[in-house]
Amino acid sequence: MSEIKTAPKNAIEVRDLNFFYGKFQGLRNVTMDIAERKVTAFIGPSGCGKSTLLRTLNRMYSLYPGQRAEGEINFYGQNILDPKQDLNLLRARIGMVFQKPTPFPMTIYDNIAFGVRLYETLSKSEMDERVEWALTKAALWSEVKDKLGQNGLSLSGGQQQRLCIARSVAVKPSVLLLDEPTSALDPISTGKVEELVHELKADYTIAIVTHNMQQAARCSDYTAYMYLGELVEFGETEQIFFKPNKTATEDYITGRFG
Amino acid sequence: MPDKHLSSQFDADLNNISSHVMALGGLVESQIRQAVYALSQFSLEVADDVLVTENKVNSAEVEIDREIASIIGRRQPTARDLRLLMAMSKTTANLERVGDEAAKIARMVKSIVESNAPRSLPSSDLRVSAEMASGLLRKALDSFARLDIPMAVSILREDNDIDQEFDGFVRKLITYMMEDPRTISASLDLLFIAKAIERIGDHAKNIAEFVIYIVKGEDVRHTPLADVESSMG
Repeated sequence: MSEIKTAPKNAIEVRDLNFFYGKFQGLRNVTMDIAERKVTAFIGPSGCGKSTLLRTLNRMYSLYPGQRAEGEINFYGQNILDPKQDLNLLRARIGMVFQKPTPFPMTIYDNIAFGVRLYETLSKSEMDERVEWALTKAALWSEVKDKLGQNGLSLSGGQQQRLCIARSVAVKPSVLLLDEPTSALDPISTGKVEELVHELKADYTIAIVTHNMQQAARCSDYTAYMYLGELVEFGETEQIFFKPNKTATEDYITGRFG
Repeated sequence: MPDKHLSSQFDADLNNISSHVMALGGLVESQIRQAVYALSQFSLEVADDVLVTENKVNSAEVEIDREIASIIGRRQPTARDLRLLMAMSKTTANLERVGDEAAKIARMVKSIVESNAPRSLPSSDLRVSAEMASGLLRKALDSFARLDIPMAVSILREDNDIDQEFDGFVRKLITYMMEDPRTISASLDLLFIAKAIERIGDHAKNIAEFVIYIVKGEDVRHTPLADVESSMG
């Protein structure tokens, strides 16, 4: 318990972040650090702002007019809320996987290669290698290596989700944002994705939004509990699930939330 | 915090286990009372009753642990609920050990009666410390039921008194044995009884420590009393 921990380096530092959907304020003064090569989980009831926060981290919200963020999100020291931020580059460095698997209607191979071609010019053999590497990282290679020419949509839900993770990994991002990545999956597929999260954190910083508290407890290093757009408590997962400091956090994780 | 979970069945299950732990506590308390009575009256019959009760205590322990394992498997409890369940399991183990100590006393009483040993030894001193120990156990169960921290801390303090009582009794027995070596055999029986009583105090203290664990989330099992007192205010 009392092992000496050196403070982890932060990949992302969120400072006084406020977020607005038009007039509605979705996030209030959120300040937190997302540690490099760790898994940070966001939990909280529906509408608490956890997905909103995740979507600010790669400015996914910029797709929608009327949504705006104030404050700072420093990604290795650079404020990504800066209007001059190149969004395509940002999203290559900070990848995202959504609740429902979203494979492109193309072959498994092209699902992976598509994103890579946007940023890099690779030879055929280099691309083959990259596809194999990404699918292996996503623990999908052995299941699809003989059918790379098949449509990605022909895979099972769990495989599709891992394909999406492989697609994100293929462009070699530094951060992966997972927005309820297993809520549409069966327990076995969920287990595979969680195992994958555990393996990926050796190379990537991961932020995961989940409705499943046990999932946060199982696979994260840090947990943030959010409610009504505010960050209520943020700490090491072990502490949050064993002895949270705030009564509100305790009520939520013990199922006393009403 | 609100006492109720979203799931009323979870509340019902937790309350159910909690009341079983308390019932076990009551059973064990009565066992100590029987053992002390058997000691004071040198009653074989009551000593036998203690041994019969031990079977009930054992099966209650097994049943409570089964219920706890079941609720952990079904509910994946966290935070305070998790600490409560851990503490209830450990409290149950401690209560069962108290039952063992009561049974030990009963067996010693039987051995003293059956060997017709001299009864001039200071067995009444033991009654006093046995009452201290069983009082402490009752207090520990009260503090558990009410999650009362000041009471739990006072139990840690009082267990030291029982330990001192034990040391004093051992010195006294030694003087008897030196005076008249024929009392050695019976003195050893009394020594085992005294040790059993001292252990009952230790178990009460452990239970008090679990109360602190539930409420504060701090494990004070190996923390000096002075530090516990200052951190609990």
